Amino acid sequence: MQEQFVLSVIVENHAGVLARVSSLFSRRGFNIDSLTVSATDNPENSRITIVVKGDTYILDQITKQLMKLEEVEKVERLLPENSLFRELLLLKIHAPVESRSYIKEAVEIYRAKILDMSPVTMIIELTGQQSKIDAFLEIMKPFGIIEMCRTGITAMARGMSTIYDPSTITD
Amino acid sequence: MLLTGAEILIETLIEQGVDTIFGYPGGAVLNIYDVLYDKRDRITHILTAHEQGAAHAADGYARATGKTGVVMATSGPGATNLVTGIATAYMDSVPMVAITGNVATELIGRDSFQEVFITGITMPITKHNFFVNDVEKLADTVRKAFYIANKGRPGPVLIDIPKDVTAQKCEFTPGNRFRVELPNRYTEESLALAAKYINQSHRPLIYIGGGVISSGASALVRELAEKTDTPVCCSMMGLGAMPYDHPNNLGMIGMHGKVAASMAAKSCDLLIAIGARFSDRVATKAGSFAPDAMCIHIDIDPAEIGKNKAVDLDIVGNTYDVLTQLIPMTEKAERKAWIDTVNEWKSKFDCKPRSSGSGNHVKPWNLIEKVYMRAGGNEIIVTDVGQHQMWVAQCYPFSAPRSLLTSGGLGTMGYGLGAAIGAKIARPDKRVILFVGDGGFHMNMNELCTLVSYNIPVTVFVMNNSVLGMVRQWQSFFYNKRYSCTTLNRKTDYVRLAEAFGAKGFRISSDDDIDTVLDQVFSYDGPCVVDCIIDRDEKVIPMIPSGKTVDDIIIE
Repeated sequence: MQEQFVLSVIVENHAGVLARVSSLFSRRGFNIDSLTVSATDNPENSRITIVVKGDTYILDQITKQLMKLEEVEKVERLLPENSLFRELLLLKIHAPVESRSYIKEAVEIYRAKILDMSPVTMIIELTGQQSKIDAFLEIMKPFGIIEMCRTGITAMARGMSTIYDPSTITD
Repeated sequence: MLLTGAEILIETLIEQGVDTIFGYPGGAVLNIYDVLYDKRDRITHILTAHEQGAAHAADGYARATGKTGVVMATSGPGATNLVTGIATAYMDSVPMVAITGNVATELIGRDSFQEVFITGITMPITKHNFFVNDVEKLADTVRKAFYIANKGRPGPVLIDIPKDVTAQKCEFTPGNRFRVELPNRYTEESLALAAKYINQSHRPLIYIGGGVISSGASALVRELAEKTDTPVCCSMMGLGAMPYDHPNNLGMIGMHGKVAASMAAKSCDLLIAIGARFSDRVATKAGSFAPDAMCIHIDIDPAEIGKNKAVDLDIVGNTYDVLTQLIPMTEKAERKAWIDTVNEWKSKFDCKPRSSGSGNHVKPWNLIEKVYMRAGGNEIIVTDVGQHQMWVAQCYPFSAPRSLLTSGGLGTMGYGLGAAIGAKIARPDKRVILFVGDGGFHMNMNELCTLVSYNIPVTVFVMNNSVLGMVRQWQSFFYNKRYSCTTLNRKTDYVRLAEAFGAKGFRISSDDDIDTVLDQVFSYDGPCVVDCIIDRDEKVIPMIPSGKTVDDIIIE
């Protein structure tokens, strides 16, 4: 059964690590939905959040193959029920005077933010779960999307548990 | 001690136990070769004709000994010529360190002369690779490379060093030789469970691969087989771990394996896979491999568990350690009914191959048998890739680990000659014999000059059928005998070719000549090439077609 998995990967902060991780995915035929890299509290590490679609076989192989990379320190699967997934959207949209009030209403309901405005356009920022962003985009589509970018998911486990827990898979 | 990068590199290689480097000089490694000139009493450099030959030689050196093979090449084309050799080592888990020079740091990324992004190119075919842009980090990088090449499942590591780094100086502190780390992740419970499955099984089968040989567990496999009265089959990489004529030995399994081995896999109720990976040449149809068996998988690489075949119990660890602990937990057993059945299959199906050629050409299996009779049990057999490789794998009575060096995973035509050079350099006490097809020999025959220059007495048997036999065989079976681009009919005279290189040439034209010529070949001490004329229609039989099972086996 195809599912979406969110993996949090702690890697050494070296040049080329991202290339190693992404090359592994294409070489093994795994499809990435999104991949984000970020700094962590430790300057020697980066944290990669990968969203992949697949079955449990794919998940198992991805985790094990990632662990074989020298610069990968930890791989953790984050489950939706006890994790926070967030994504950031920047959207440039047609916003002539006659549509602005409606757009502003939607922005308010979704707790988005208007960052920029020109006589006929607006740039809107929205942070949230994938589904929220998808829904917001549906509403905005009729106005005419000029340009958009989504960061892809970044994620963290809720509560006391962390990726540094000894229970997570380590080398 | 203030040393240059090049001096640090060589000092660290010596410190890591390296006595031989295979390689080819060039602009970006001039500083390193300059140091090698001074250190030639401590480290031998073998100059090949081509970097690919050097990479295969380092691989052969490693497979013959278990030590780390070292290969060196210059930037750009020197580095890219290593690629096939590195990939070959990667697929067969051979410990290797490849060192490449690169253009000076300030020229990197500018498409400079002989610049190539070799760490990018080799990313998917190395365990890890390094670009060293700081001389201070060089010594530790080299140490780490040896450590990585040998830890867990072995494999190749590449170190790319820009030319200026080999000239810069820094303080060198001598270090220690790498220590191998073999992380065992299994529990006592899983061992107990494995022992229980084995003790309860009526029809167990052991299936071993290259992991048994690289971990030195061959004797333990035999002990387990004898104690539990279990038949043993192997992948091509596992040949030699079990003595050929051991009563429990079924020989090679898979596409061109023994019928009895495949029958046993089909009928067993417990499959114990040890240091093997269920490749598509073994489990030709993974879902139907050992269909009725419970499966235990013992391997050091956790990623192999469940990769090609779902298993019931995994034991992730060094096979040597696992078997050492597991054997005392198993009960001594006699499984007469099962062994009798297996032996019946053996005597019914696994007889000498039948010739499908015409005329009195050399029969490959006769040649192989007669070479074996003369070799005396102290030989290393190297093969190239193709029909001859399968005939050797099927017929040669391998009885010692590391006595067969062959490209299994990548199937690299052109592998053999380089690997044979490495093997003979590593093991001068052994007779090294190479079987190669005329197709593969044409790929890297240039290394004959290396044999002659260093007077390396390797005996090369060219199984010459004037066609690309294995591809032709597939065309014969599956492409309606449309022999597209597989008929070579080259006019190469291998005897004169050998002599032109300064080696000795022989020819065996017919089956009747085998004995006479072999007598001459085996009394000649030096590099030689034996042209053996084989019929182009000889087949490698049996054959289980790709994606099929033993039920679809082609027997003639």
